[in-house]
Amino acid sequence: MTISLYRSRWWTLWLGTLLVLIAGGALADDDDDHDEGRIRPLHHAAWQQECSACHIAYPPQLLPAVSWRAIMNGLNQHFGTDASLDTQQQADILRFLEANAGQNRGSKNGSPPLRITETRWFVHEHSEELPADIWKRPSVKSAANCSACHTAAERGDYSEHTLRLPR
Amino acid sequence: MRFTFATLLLLLSFYAHAETPADFQKQFTTQAQQENPAFTGFSAEQGQRFYSSTHGKEWSCATCHSQNPKASGQHIATGKTIAPLAPTANAERFTRPDKVEKWFKRNCNEVLGRACTAQEKGDVLTYLLSVR
Repeated sequence: MTISLYRSRWWTLWLGTLLVLIAGGALADDDDDHDEGRIRPLHHAAWQQECSACHIAYPPQLLPAVSWRAIMNGLNQHFGTDASLDTQQQADILRFLEANAGQNRGSKNGSPPLRITETRWFVHEHSEELPADIWKRPSVKSAANCSACHTAAERGDYSEHTLRLPR
Repeated sequence: MRFTFATLLLLLSFYAHAETPADFQKQFTTQAQQENPAFTGFSAEQGQRFYSSTHGKEWSCATCHSQNPKASGQHIATGKTIAPLAPTANAERFTRPDKVEKWFKRNCNEVLGRACTAQEKGDVLTYLLSVR
């Protein structure tokens, strides 16, 4: 009797530990796409090829679908340059972006952001310990140049392990 | 997954219609004759001038493609490295009609604020083929 009670207490402890692990796992899953600064790499040939022609192919997860629609419908005036595509390719890439767009990627003022750098998420992630001139350095040029500091950005790795601030 | 992607790209590249710079030059010649009955041919010298000058807007071809088309360039806005434009330095140049058409459309719009004439395209290609 005493022994079986003792055992059952152990059993409760095991169950408790298991529950904590499951809960922890669920919480971690919540941030699945950004596990320790890693964004789940996606594959889509046209997106990869076309969007990486002038800059890295920014991950679809970093903007909401409404932003991607606005961007893809204004490619002939894309942040000061003509990035127009034929209609079929434009629609194909937009479908991919919409299907993988991020949630909770709004801007500070609530309107759909047109730049990843305008999202609350980006501002929050880049608010700490950065030299004041970092975005203006010739080696960086602009905050759009992720791979200047995130050396493995093209693989979706934005973790601190691969982060190098250039001079 | 990565393997599948690579295979797909490989298949796509076979499927895509491949040409040579000479094919484009022939095509530009035909178009130039249609655009201008007095057309006499393309000139590497004229192409070089066109390539390195601005045309009423802020940028020239050389702004992003570098003054030396055999060297790598750098995108003026994003800083991304651009592979050399001259076919002697980069065998992929002027082999894909879809790419050639897309980039002339975009870049002529950036540099001139209009589409390029066949004469202009042919001159530039002749210049690019002349650099050794």
